Amino acid sequence: MSGAPAHGPASRAEYCVIACAETWRGAGEVLAGPMGLVPALGARLARHTFAPELLLTDGEALLVGPDGEVEGWLPYRRHLTLVTGGRRLVMMGASQIDRYGNQNISCVGDWARPRRQLLGVRGAPVNTLNNPVGYWVPRHSRRVFVPRVDLVCGVGHDSARAAGPAATRFHDLRRVVSDLGVLDFATPDGSMRLASLHPGVTVEQVREATGFPLAVPAEVPYTREPDAAELRLIREVLDPDGLRDREIGPR
Amino acid sequence: MSDRSTGGAGSTGGDRGDGLSGTGGRAPGDKTLTADAVVGRLRSGMTLGIGGWGARRKPMALVRALLRSEVTDLTVVSCGGPDVGLLAAAGRISHLVTPFVTLDSVPLEPHYRAARERGDFTLTEIDEAMFLWGLTAAANRLPFLPVRAGIGSDVMRINPGLRTVTSPYADGEEFVASPALRMDAALVHLNRADRRGNAQYLGPDPYFDDLFCEAADTAYVSCERLVDGFAGAVPQTLLVGRHTVGGVVETPGGAHFTSCVPDHGRDEAFLRMYAATPWDRFAERFLHGDEDDYRSAVAAWHKEQGR
Repeated sequence: MSGAPAHGPASRAEYCVIACAETWRGAGEVLAGPMGLVPALGARLARHTFAPELLLTDGEALLVGPDGEVEGWLPYRRHLTLVTGGRRLVMMGASQIDRYGNQNISCVGDWARPRRQLLGVRGAPVNTLNNPVGYWVPRHSRRVFVPRVDLVCGVGHDSARAAGPAATRFHDLRRVVSDLGVLDFATPDGSMRLASLHPGVTVEQVREATGFPLAVPAEVPYTREPDAAELRLIREVLDPDGLRDREIGPR
Repeated sequence: MSDRSTGGAGSTGGDRGDGLSGTGGRAPGDKTLTADAVVGRLRSGMTLGIGGWGARRKPMALVRALLRSEVTDLTVVSCGGPDVGLLAAAGRISHLVTPFVTLDSVPLEPHYRAARERGDFTLTEIDEAMFLWGLTAAANRLPFLPVRAGIGSDVMRINPGLRTVTSPYADGEEFVASPALRMDAALVHLNRADRRGNAQYLGPDPYFDDLFCEAADTAYVSCERLVDGFAGAVPQTLLVGRHTVGGVVETPGGAHFTSCVPDHGRDEAFLRMYAATPWDRFAERFLHGDEDDYRSAVAAWHKEQGR
């Protein structure tokens, strides 16, 4: 991991990988549940560097080390136990997400007769009630960041509060990473806040791409720079074919 | 399989009277059937569980046999993949119970989506954990199991029949009472099976296949290869027990085009073509005949693609 510094400044995709990796900082000996390529690169980067205790999967039923060596068995039913036991920190996708972090991956329009059928609620309800959750949105837009999701799959702060202790006991929404920046919920009412901008992005650009009022602090920091060792890892070890750039739409 | 519901022990179902020809001279307990004979035991209006997961180890040969039959008006219980897409497109599903439908490498199942957007069937959409514990409840003859899932989400709104339970202990916590997913019949596909219905998976994940078999009144196992026994097998791979199985079908490639590792992976090229082809054109070319015709049509298609 040491050696010559990687050449060239970090790309947008590389800031996204760093921002996703940071989601797992200090998470402990838990399973990193990345959905999407950029979160997967982030999880592996974290495992290689500042979070060596993380557990990773091969995307099927095996727990694997950073170089793919098998260290355990995790079929779907054990995966669900790990979720409900809380020993997992997942980054899910979101077809829609609203200001309190409610997430929808089921359908667009009226559920009874959807305009667009999507995946289904999948494990979003169980995930959000049991283990820490983050979201990854590869294209930040008003189609995704909506005033109100059409169906609450992942439970947001307002929905959890309304449902009471059964929903709030282990509810822990961490952050949303998009191609424009990082958002968290560090506000008095648990609504979304701009936590950092990826370099090259403006506050106005994020506001423009967000379909609800966003809390914006007076000073918004930039997402941290990857160091040379991290860039080398991303470029030469984790994603030498540069697939990360394909997950993020052109701007 | 009335001997199961009345608690009778010892019967291996040798006298099912299914009217199959050519069953004379079989060893006692031999449950081997053809795919069409399995479907001959299904009836319109049944609740049918389908094992596997997304585009992984789906009992596709049995689903194709179902498509050749007149059986319809099904309530299907499935972690859905192309099984649901095919049956929905063919108008065989009146109600679906599922946490998701996906082709994995193609995230959304286009034929399922089209049927759902047309409003062709009604839906019980539940969380994966609720699905697992619903199967487990049914397998254990319990009416429900408590699950920390669903509360706070719209799963409660879109399933108005769902109820919650309060812990009777000091914590007094509230949970969803995930209802048992009891089924009339279940279809699963595994790597190996013997003639009595014991079945083995050789891939990395059992999915919920053994639970499907235990949660159904009758389960049918298709397999890549029939074996005489499991001498030398790693015991934990012997997933499905014969006491839960009513029929066994040998169907090499019976999971196609879903994966059945290590026997075969997913047929990605075929899957992408399936996802991009209008339903009637796909059906006309690939579902017009029996399973042998299907295999020939697939081989011809691959040849056309220069593979």
